[in-house]
Amino acid sequence: MKKAFIDQNLCVACGCCLTACKLNAVSIPKGVCAMVDYSKCVGCGMCAKKCPASLITIKEESANE
Amino acid sequence: MNKKKWYDYLWIFSTLYIILGFFNILFAWLGWICFITPLVISITQGTKGYCNRYCGRGQLFSMLGGRFGLSRKKDMPRWMVSPYFRYGFLIFFFTMFFLMLWNTYLVFAGADLKQVVTLFWTFKVPWHWAYHGTLFSPGVAQFAFGFYSMMLTSTLLGIITMVLFKPRSWCVYCPMGTMTQMICKIKAHEK
Repeated sequence: MKKAFIDQNLCVACGCCLTACKLNAVSIPKGVCAMVDYSKCVGCGMCAKKCPASLITIKEESANE
Repeated sequence: MNKKKWYDYLWIFSTLYIILGFFNILFAWLGWICFITPLVISITQGTKGYCNRYCGRGQLFSMLGGRFGLSRKKDMPRWMVSPYFRYGFLIFFFTMFFLMLWNTYLVFAGADLKQVVTLFWTFKVPWHWAYHGTLFSPGVAQFAFGFYSMMLTSTLLGIITMVLFKPRSWCVYCPMGTMTQMICKIKAHEK
């Protein structure tokens, strides 16, 4: 299944992905960078579309494990 | 569909701020709200709550670039996303901010008030129509001209990058965003 992956080293924690995600799968703990809750993420790509820095990629979950 | 909250309308405040500066430059002082609030939130709560929720400017860019289709929605160049550029811009922005404070001090100390708005830290645009005198020192007005110059310049930069790249491209290199993220990182590291 496809999921959203965020480049956390470059993430600016602006929150665009936060508002874009209708499933509340994204959070920004401690204001540092965005994190994805993979139990909620369905890989719809809405967050990737909104990320102004284009730091979110949608790919198969297994590819990153 | 998510129900709109009161803070989803803060773009009105940001728009009004820019408009008011065309009529009375002293309204520029209200810009402190956009400076102090993010800092207070990041220092007290350790979050970027301002960027994530209350930033009217971000909402405005999002609306203009999204709903109004004024953005090309292209990727930003990689160098603009790099920490070198973001922190470099932060340093540059605050250097110019302190220079503006110095110019304000000079007017308080007796120098002439310059009724101009400086765009992109370079181009001096006459703005005398928006100054109708002040009950206080001319320095109060000088600060307003300087502060409004900075706010208008950053809004224009935001609009340019909104058109060229994604709607909220400004958020990537916004000095307040970079600074509050830095504060959050330090706070998270301390714990």
